[in-house]
Amino acid sequence: MNDLIGVVDWSRAQFALTAMYHWLFVPLTIGLSVIVAIMETLYVRTGQERWKGITKFWMTLFGINFACGVATGLILEFEFGTNWSNYSWFVGDIFGAPLAIEGLLAFFMEATFVAVMFFGWNKVSRGFHLASTWLTALGVSLSALWILVANAWMQYPVGMEFDPAQMRNVMSDFAAVAFSPVAMNKFFHAVLSGWTLAGVYVIGVSCWMLLRKRNTEAARSSIKVASWVGMAGILLTLWTGHGSAVQVARVQPMKLAAMEGLYRGSVGQDLVGIGVLKSDPAATPADPMAFSIDIPKGLSYLIYLDGDHFVPGVNDLIDGITLTAEGDTVRGLSYADKIAIGKVAQNALRAYDAARKAGDSATMDSAAKVVKDNFKYFGYAYLPSPEAGVPNVPMSFYAFHIMVVLGGYLLALFAVMLFLSYRRTSLLDNRWLCLAGIVSVALVWICSQAGWVLAEVGRQPWVIQDLMPTWAAISGIQSGSVRLTFWMFAAIFTGLLIAEISIMLRYISSASKTDIQNPKH
Amino acid sequence: MSNDSGHKSLLRRVADLYVDGFRSMTVGRSLWLLIIIKVVIFFAILKLFFFPDVLSVSYDNDSDRADAVRSSLTAE
Repeated sequence: MNDLIGVVDWSRAQFALTAMYHWLFVPLTIGLSVIVAIMETLYVRTGQERWKGITKFWMTLFGINFACGVATGLILEFEFGTNWSNYSWFVGDIFGAPLAIEGLLAFFMEATFVAVMFFGWNKVSRGFHLASTWLTALGVSLSALWILVANAWMQYPVGMEFDPAQMRNVMSDFAAVAFSPVAMNKFFHAVLSGWTLAGVYVIGVSCWMLLRKRNTEAARSSIKVASWVGMAGILLTLWTGHGSAVQVARVQPMKLAAMEGLYRGSVGQDLVGIGVLKSDPAATPADPMAFSIDIPKGLSYLIYLDGDHFVPGVNDLIDGITLTAEGDTVRGLSYADKIAIGKVAQNALRAYDAARKAGDSATMDSAAKVVKDNFKYFGYAYLPSPEAGVPNVPMSFYAFHIMVVLGGYLLALFAVMLFLSYRRTSLLDNRWLCLAGIVSVALVWICSQAGWVLAEVGRQPWVIQDLMPTWAAISGIQSGSVRLTFWMFAAIFTGLLIAEISIMLRYISSASKTDIQNPKH
Repeated sequence: MSNDSGHKSLLRRVADLYVDGFRSMTVGRSLWLLIIIKVVIFFAILKLFFFPDVLSVSYDNDSDRADAVRSSLTAE
C-alpha cells in the first residue's frame, strides 16, 4: 500500500512537472503567432517596410519559442503508457482520437505553413506569405483544441459507453466529446489566455528595449499592437473563465467549493475576493477563513445569475445536501451513497469476469447491464472514505485567487499601456513603468500556471471525473523507478530551459542593437 | 510535357524554399541542434530505457491487456 501511494504521488508529481514545463511554451506560441500575424497584416496593408522588420523580429522570437516547445508534450504521452497504464487502457479511443487528429491535421498544417512563414520572405507573394502566417496561427490553436478536448473529457466524460469485454470506454458520439460545453470553454479560455500571455511578453521585451533606449520606435509600435491583443485576450479570458466556472459548478461542484474554500454553503453565497484560509480549514467548516474580503452574494450571482441561489460547500456535497431558497434542506445522493453505487458496478464487473471465464453468457449480459446502470459513479468504489473525494482545498483556493488577482492586474496593465500608447506616448519610457512591464512577464506566467494548477488539483482525486481516481489509474510499477525518472526529468528540463532562455535572451540582446525596422535581409 | 515541367518547377521551387531557408538560418542552427538533442534524449534514452508501454510490453494481445486491467480494477 505504501508503495502504491509512492507510485501515485511520484507519478502525479512527474506529470505535473512535465505538463507545467510544456505549458511554459504553448501559450506563448499561441498568442505570439496571432501578434506576428497582425503585425504582418499591418505591413501588407500599409506597405511600410518598418512593419516588415518588426514582424521579423517577433517572428524569430516565435520561432525560438516554437522550437523550444517542440516535443515537450510527447513526454506526457510516454507517461500515460508507463505510469498510467490502467487509465490509458480505460479511456480507449476517446483520448487517442483527438490526439491523432491533432497529429494529422494541425501538426502538418503548422509544419507546412511555418516553413513558408520563415523561409518564404521574398520567395512567395506578400499575400501568400501573410496567409501562411495566419494559417500557422490557426494551426497552433487547432493543435491546442484537440488536446484540450481530451483534457475536457477527463473533467466531463461524455459521448462514450463502457464496454466490460474490452474494459475500455468506446466513443459513441464524437460531437458530444469534441463540442461539449466544458471542452469549448476550456479551449477558448486556454487559447485566449495565450493572447494575454503573449501580449504581456511583447510588452515586457519592448519595455526592456525602451529602458535600454534601443529601437524605441519599434518598441512603442509593438506595445500598441500587444496591448490591443492582450486587452482582447484578457477580456475574453475573463468571459470564458466565467463560462468555465459555470460549467465547473454544473459538472464538478467539489472543485468549485474547493476553489472558494467553501465547506458549508448557503443561499446567497458570498464570493471571496481575497482571503487567507485557516491552517486547518476543514476543522472549522462554518468559518474556514482566517481573513477575507467578500463580495456579498457574489458566488451565487456569478454562477447562477441569482443572488439567492444555494451554492454547496465541500461538506454539503459529501452529505448530499442542498438548500432551497426558503432554507429547507433537500437530501440528494451523498458521497457514501455514490460509493455504494460504485461498489455495485464494481461487483457486477467481478461477476462479469467470473461468468466470462465460466462461459456463462446469460450472467455476463445481466452483469454488464448492472455495470452500465451504475457506471456513472463507478470510480467512487475506489474511495476508502467520502473524505477521500475532496481535493487539496488550500492549493485549489490559492491557485484560483492568484489567477484572478493577477488577471485583474493584467487588465489594468493593458488599459494603462493602451492609454499611454495613444495619449501619453512619452510616458512609455518611464523607468518604473518599464520595470513594471518587465516584471509582468513573470507574473503572467504565474497566472497562466495557476490556472492549470486549479484545473488539475481541483478535480482530484479523479483522473476521469467520477469514473477513475488516480490510485486506480496507476500501473503496477515500482515507486523507485518513477522517482528516478522524476529527477531525471527535473535535471533535463532545467538544463533545456536554461539553454532555451539563453538563446532567447541572446537574440533579444543582439537584435535590439541593430535597427529592427530596417533589417539587413 | 508542359504540365510535367510545371510540376517539376513547382517541386523545385518548394525544395529551394527549404534548402535556401535552412542554408540562410542564423538563430535557427542553434535551435535545430537543441531540437535534435532533445529528440535524441526523449526517444533514444527516455522512451527506450525508461518509458516502456507497460501493457504492450507485458501482454501479447488486447484480450490479455483487457484481462490485466480488469483484474487490477476489480482486485479486492
